[in-house]
Amino acid sequence: MNDSSDSIIVDTATRIFRDLCDPNTVNEAENGVWPKALWDVLAESGLPLTWVPEELGGAGAALADGFAVLRLAGHFAAPVPLAETLIAGWLLSRAGITVPPGPLTIAPVHVDGHITVTSDGGLAGHARKVPFARNASHIAVLVNRGAEAAVALVAATGLPISQSTSLAGEPRDDVMFDHVFPERVEPAAIDQDRLVGFGAAVRLQQMAGALERILEQSVQYALDRSQFGRPIGKFQAVQHNLATLAGEVAAASAAAGAAVEACALPDIAISEIAIAKVRGGEAAGTGAAIAHQVHGAMGFTYEHSLHHSTRRLWSWREEFGNESVWAARLGRMVAARGADELWPFITQAS
Amino acid sequence: MTYSFRFDPVELPPEAKELRQEVRAFLRQEIEAGTFSPYGGKGSFSREFSRKVAAKGWIGMTWPKKYGGHERSHLERYVVTEEMLAARAPTRAHSTADRQSGPVILRYGQEEVKEKILPQIARGELCFCIGLSEPNSGSDVFAASTRATKTDGGWLVNGRKIWTSNAHQSDYMIALLRTSPPTKENRRHGLTQFLVEMKTPGITTRPIINLTGSHDFNEVIFDDAFLPDSHLIGEVDMAWKQATDELAYERSGPDRWIETFPALVELVRRAGEEPSERLAEGIGREVAHLATLRRMSLSVAGMLQAGKTPMVEAAVVKDLGTNFEQALPDKVRLLAPQTGDSTPDSNDDRFEEALRYATLIAPKLTIQGGTREVLRGIIARGLGLR
Repeated sequence: MNDSSDSIIVDTATRIFRDLCDPNTVNEAENGVWPKALWDVLAESGLPLTWVPEELGGAGAALADGFAVLRLAGHFAAPVPLAETLIAGWLLSRAGITVPPGPLTIAPVHVDGHITVTSDGGLAGHARKVPFARNASHIAVLVNRGAEAAVALVAATGLPISQSTSLAGEPRDDVMFDHVFPERVEPAAIDQDRLVGFGAAVRLQQMAGALERILEQSVQYALDRSQFGRPIGKFQAVQHNLATLAGEVAAASAAAGAAVEACALPDIAISEIAIAKVRGGEAAGTGAAIAHQVHGAMGFTYEHSLHHSTRRLWSWREEFGNESVWAARLGRMVAARGADELWPFITQAS
Repeated sequence: MTYSFRFDPVELPPEAKELRQEVRAFLRQEIEAGTFSPYGGKGSFSREFSRKVAAKGWIGMTWPKKYGGHERSHLERYVVTEEMLAARAPTRAHSTADRQSGPVILRYGQEEVKEKILPQIARGELCFCIGLSEPNSGSDVFAASTRATKTDGGWLVNGRKIWTSNAHQSDYMIALLRTSPPTKENRRHGLTQFLVEMKTPGITTRPIINLTGSHDFNEVIFDDAFLPDSHLIGEVDMAWKQATDELAYERSGPDRWIETFPALVELVRRAGEEPSERLAEGIGREVAHLATLRRMSLSVAGMLQAGKTPMVEAAVVKDLGTNFEQALPDKVRLLAPQTGDSTPDSNDDRFEEALRYATLIAPKLTIQGGTREVLRGIIARGLGLR
């Protein structure tokens, strides 16, 4: 965990996930059972509103605290819209909108998202693959109102939704906003690009947590499982795979840390986000593959909990810009600056 | 137990950022003066350049002033090192002594040697090589058999070291020598570190030309070479205890991920301001790897600064870093816009040279200073698997 984060917040989150986010809860959630006990305790603790200032109904904690909680949520594969509620709270607060209780989500989640406010004050447009839309009480929607970017708070009840799921079986729903009247619309301090960048940083924290989890599980499995008369972790080939996994986990963790720092800057450093999402996304793919290889057939069963983490990794690496999207963007930034500026670019962050 | 290795972020202090600008200005000046070319192949050997770097106070930066050092931080040293490497400055005459040999002498050397040798290194006057590998002990470092036998007032050395980079241009070697047989309990027991003056009678250096056609490797033959007692470094038979921190210094620096970087720079040059989507994506991926590696490598420098011995973390950085730099030339090769008879390109030569050099040196990157297999073994031990 990040040293700068408040250890009380981290301890609280750890306790809640340990008590209430067991593998069965994760499986049940995939079957459509809302993990009420887990969410209610989280809500009671105030964790979902970590990034909301006290005057807008939240806990008013530092960015680092929320990111530390997200890492834990990723570690435990928490099947609740904690990340989405955190982002929504952050987005609404920046627009000065009081954050409503209950699970929240955000839209749009793609760079080319386009929802507008029409002349009658209603909305027009749709958003694809909105996480947990069906579970949310409200959606924080980044909209265009004329030439300005604005945040609209929309009650989610009764919205036309087309249900779908991510690779991890989590809700990813298409939402139609045509003729929907928001409860509030206020100028946003950020644009769609920055929202997606922030979302990428959030997913990176969850991915770092999930990668740490699969490394733990894989090392433990390699020590426990015997074949050819000894634990498979004693075989050099398996050791080298696990060493590679550890390297990928470390790289993803470092990348996630860089993305958090980028978000703490006033304008969100998009180049740092790009670097982090490319590297973290690659680590997710490589890491998940090794974890499965080490676990053999056992890890390919639904019964084993490995897929709680690996399926989320495959889902999260794709969201808020996958490796290709961010790499191409990063490459264009580098090319525009020119060859002799590459080294200064690499060293600019620190 | 947690199995994840921590690479906490490091924020460079303001003095390190100022220093970076100072180093860049110095390097620009040297390039303009024709001392070296940033587009040349290997960062080569120049005693004259090393003395200039020393005059700036950039050798032995972290060492105590009483030994000619400058008592600056590991982070400042890191900045100097990475700027030199990125510019392909000719640091070969001092880099090994500055990175590895000096710190070992400082930590384990005898006072007399410290007072004599360290200020000379810091003045850029001494070049060091590392005597580890032997014909029958490469990765298996602790199987070394070149023997140091006690004699009156010192030690007599007999045997052979091999793959010794730069031995032919070095003033000194730090050698790992057999002083006792290994014990049943500890196969690493019985080796001792010594300072070896290369012009000692009984030492012969023979060149081994590598596949790039360069003379870097050597075979060093010891035939009753005499080392004075004062050249014993640390405890007799106990070198295995001393080796760990040396490796933490050796394995995490910028030199473990930056060797083929010029090929990427030249690819960006060839790509122009508006590259194709495919080329942009390819460049972006490599830049993302590079920037993340640098972040991790800098984090290890932060650990060293905090007085830690991040052996496993250094192995992680070197494994990731050398795999990256080794794979890079092939990525560059396949991404590069193809040129033919009808495509004039003034940067062609520079690109071709950078790629040629990177391609040819690629195989050694995951061998030197601890092979990929050795590093993964160290990481596996760190995970509790050994």
